[in-house]
Amino acid sequence: MPSYSARQRKSTIVMALCLMATLIGVVWLFLILFSLLINGLPGLSLATFTEMTPPPGSHAGGLLNAIYGSVVMTIFGVGIGAPIGVLAGTYLAEYGRHSKVTPVIRFINDILLSAPSIIIGLFIYGAVVVPMRSFSAVAGSIALAVIVIPVVVRTTEDMLLLVPNTLREAASALGLPRSYVIRKVTYRAARAGLITGILLAVARVGGETAPLLFTVLSNQFWSANLLKPMANLPVTINNFINNPDANWKHLAWTGALLITVAVLSLNISARFFGASKDGQ
Amino acid sequence: MLEKITVKDLKFYYGANLALKGINIPLYANKVTAFIGPSGCGKSTLLRVLNRMYDLYPGQHAEGQILFDGRNILEPGEDLNLLRSRIGMVFQKPTPFPMTIYDNIAFGLKLYENLSKSELDGRVEDALKRAALWTEVKDKLGANGLSLSGGQQQRLCIARTVAIKPEVILFDEPCSALDPISTAKIEELIDELKHEYTIAIVTHNMQQAARVSEHTAFMYLGELVEFDETSKIFTSPRDQRTQDYITGRFG
Repeated sequence: MPSYSARQRKSTIVMALCLMATLIGVVWLFLILFSLLINGLPGLSLATFTEMTPPPGSHAGGLLNAIYGSVVMTIFGVGIGAPIGVLAGTYLAEYGRHSKVTPVIRFINDILLSAPSIIIGLFIYGAVVVPMRSFSAVAGSIALAVIVIPVVVRTTEDMLLLVPNTLREAASALGLPRSYVIRKVTYRAARAGLITGILLAVARVGGETAPLLFTVLSNQFWSANLLKPMANLPVTINNFINNPDANWKHLAWTGALLITVAVLSLNISARFFGASKDGQ
Repeated sequence: MLEKITVKDLKFYYGANLALKGINIPLYANKVTAFIGPSGCGKSTLLRVLNRMYDLYPGQHAEGQILFDGRNILEPGEDLNLLRSRIGMVFQKPTPFPMTIYDNIAFGLKLYENLSKSELDGRVEDALKRAALWTEVKDKLGANGLSLSGGQQQRLCIARTVAIKPEVILFDEPCSALDPISTAKIEELIDELKHEYTIAIVTHNMQQAARVSEHTAFMYLGELVEFDETSKIFTSPRDQRTQDYITGRFG
């Protein structure tokens, strides 16, 4: 049996190692944020939000078309994906809870959840872009929706399973039909968690590049046509950062900063929603 | 006495496990029938068969007959939502819905009946008065049901059940999570409610059974050992097991 002081020493060493591991993990986030701020902040101006992406060699320009495209496709992607995800998650947690196919669906959903997004992009390229004979915002939105679905399915199921059965029984004991119980009682009890799941899905697709590369391409100009290529932040960053043009590089950094801030604030508000669950 | 519910040779299975081994018992109209017995004897199970709560879960099934106003409710075609609106249930743990006190009561009503705002207000007030909760909450009907104390929450659940005008109310250990004062209020309430409803109550508290019920059933290991008037069960039980249980020798 080692002495008390020896155990104490061991504990201190392990604790120091754990702390170091934590710091190494966290330090990258701060380095990334730091370099984003250093490189992206100088280019941030009103013009970023009012002017279109510039041609190479110019000194002006902004990211308006790219921001618009990203917002539009995120809205459509989540708009398509979230309802499907919530309904599927509801099936798994409520109607299909005791069904034999439920574990299978859950397993497949988990695979989809961890599928590389570039594969989803390639799939939509083959399934939507090729038949339509054009890159388009529609194809991009569908690709994003495919990414949203498994995220929302998972969180919806998890959150509904957290609702105690006693609440379902109490509602059923009043003679309320199952669908009514789910809509009026279960969803309400799990509301904070459901919203959190959707916000996390928005944050997830907001910064996705790979699925957009093959589906929506990008666009140097303003376009609100959903059937045509549309500018968007991730692909614009990808194109601009790989180019020797100094102005483009600055805009790419600014775009990266914008995405990061947006995703970060979505994550924080998701946390906030999740935390307020118990105290509502 | 009118038999509101008649249970005939009821067997109940959890999967292959026989939990009720042929129960025969009447529930008399406008009377309180108490079910006592040690944990696992099947008294809560019996209650959950009466409103077919078990149908929510797969692998559970019942055999035999439960005649409710003469009609067997174990028949396959039974409309369970209608049945449960006629046979209400109050659970062990208070389960207010995550919504306002008013909506807790109104939302079930809105589904069944097409009421105007003022009629709805009247029904909510009436239900809260019947559950002896009105004076405590009449100024905060918009507050969340979860903000009430445990005893108030349980009375809210009773109000919610009473609001949809059932004919029978099943109480599944309604006071086991409550303090003595709240318990006394619920017992008084049950005494009031029996004038209009037929009541069945499962309880672990034998004094409670003695106080609130006219008839008592003693159950043991899935069997109905003895059913009689409460006064007889507690003073001169016929079965040795009943006597052992009520004198505290086991259970």
